[in-house]
Amino acid sequence: MAVATTPQQKSGWGIANFVVVALALIPVLWMVSLSFKTPAAILDPSFVPKSWTWSNYTGILQTSQFIHPLLNSIGIGLIATFIAVVLASMAAYAIARLNFPGKGVLIGMALLIAMFPQIALVTPLFNIERGLGLFNTWPGLIIPYVAFGLPLGIYTLSAFFREIPWELEKAAKVDGATPYQAFTKVIAPLAAPGMVTTAILVFLFCWNEFLFAISFTSTLASRTAPASIAYFSGSSQFTVPTGPIAAAAVVITIPIIIFVVFFQRRIVAGLTSGAVKG
Amino acid sequence: MSTSTEAATTGTTAEKKRKGRAPLSEGARAERKLGWMLCAPAVIVMIAVTAYPVIYAIYLSLERYNLELPQQIKFVGLSNYAAVLSSPYWWQALKVTVIIAIFSVSISLVLGMLLALLMHRTLFGRNTVRTAALVPYGIVTVAAAYGWQYAWTPSQGYLSAAFGNGAPLTKEVTAIIVIIIAEIWKTTPFMGLLLLAGLSLVPEDLQKAAKVDGATAWQRFTRITLPLMKPAILVALLFRTLDSFRIFDSIFILTAGNNGTGSVSILGYDNLFNALNLGVGSTISILIFICVAIIAVAFIKGFGTAAPGSDIGKR
Repeated sequence: MAVATTPQQKSGWGIANFVVVALALIPVLWMVSLSFKTPAAILDPSFVPKSWTWSNYTGILQTSQFIHPLLNSIGIGLIATFIAVVLASMAAYAIARLNFPGKGVLIGMALLIAMFPQIALVTPLFNIERGLGLFNTWPGLIIPYVAFGLPLGIYTLSAFFREIPWELEKAAKVDGATPYQAFTKVIAPLAAPGMVTTAILVFLFCWNEFLFAISFTSTLASRTAPASIAYFSGSSQFTVPTGPIAAAAVVITIPIIIFVVFFQRRIVAGLTSGAVKG
Repeated sequence: MSTSTEAATTGTTAEKKRKGRAPLSEGARAERKLGWMLCAPAVIVMIAVTAYPVIYAIYLSLERYNLELPQQIKFVGLSNYAAVLSSPYWWQALKVTVIIAIFSVSISLVLGMLLALLMHRTLFGRNTVRTAALVPYGIVTVAAAYGWQYAWTPSQGYLSAAFGNGAPLTKEVTAIIVIIIAEIWKTTPFMGLLLLAGLSLVPEDLQKAAKVDGATAWQRFTRITLPLMKPAILVALLFRTLDSFRIFDSIFILTAGNNGTGSVSILGYDNLFNALNLGVGSTISILIFICVAIIAVAFIKGFGTAAPGSDIGKR
């Protein structure tokens, strides 16, 4: 906008910006505040803790009730993301570059699965996983996560791959590069940003997932962090472990804040690319 | 773009294909095969985890199958469907789900549009706003739901304190309002980003021309921006409607479905893990699947040619 801006306009946008940032962050800051409150301070509704403590964090980080699920979350998330991105890249390359019948069916199928009600799968998958011995194992979660990460990956990656100037590959070969060099030196660097973005989106999905995580796990062997928080117990039957739950919620939010701060542009590009062009 | 490069290598076959049933050349056949091979692993995983279980669920839904009584498994036809469809629990859950979907989607559409306009037009701090807006999108739903739960707990939460120390989560209507607020907070950023993408496709020149012709800001928004954004709005609405129809996490934490606040997903979950009834649980699964299919078909009829993915095959 080349229009000259008045101070009123400037402050108007400033206020709007401030309102959005405040609305987005206040519920998160409330969790942070709760996580630093002492058990006595929890029974005080003030937004800023009157007495601060680290004990909620040291408490949850000393018990396998939380550490183990946290490791499960990281491991299951990374493996599922890796598999989903590799398989989605292959399919997205075919969609963006090759001519073959059935392309439309594949895209329709991915769209269908992206919007599939997970609960409709819980009952049958629960029984199938029990039969196959996958219940309460890492693969028991990784496989459904890959299946639901794939549509997201295929969508985002085929949008990215369509933008890659593939002619460069041929040009590199004309200039004497081997096919391997043409791929690693020319195409891979161009494809990498799209793959990183896709990996972030798929990982966020796995990290966030709750329904499968509580349905297909029963012990610490495979329960992920969000599911474990729902099963936190207090020091006695009658105390609600508010402080530890808040601390655990903050811990699993930290990776998301890091992703969002460092990869804001990429996440925005990834979320919007598939939706508009697709 | 991709087809133009392909045309350079397989130009003759592309022409033949357009004419119809001409035999495929060696190159085109190899390309077909490669395309199918590259897609096969993804297709196999997606079918194994979705299509097959749905078919299996249809079969289970026709059986009396209680995990506690494994010796009494028996084919019972459609009687599970009759049982679910005549149960007030199903209709209550469906009502709650539809109410949450309608209110959360329509309000987050309006707020998302405002957010998109802000992210598009604001003079400064654009990246700060986008980064902050991504926090609710990315945050683990369960973590956020605990935050809302404690915020509305009497004598503990700042929101409860601000509203006369009330306990909204213990009553049906107020609990559903809290669930809707949590849902709106979480999903407005996603809505805003999808709409932002549509907004950036509206040509700036058109806006300027209308301004020169004396159109007010509101006229420009309703006559130029909105019509041009229709495809983006419909995509966002479809995604969000189907997504909110499967709401589970936040209700599970906020009320656990008590006081008549359970969604259809909560009902399905309870039937499997509390009643251990695979037959009825599968019946609920199939009914939810049918509801989602109806919503999707209704939207796609409304989409017409703007349906997502409809132009990809042609490229």
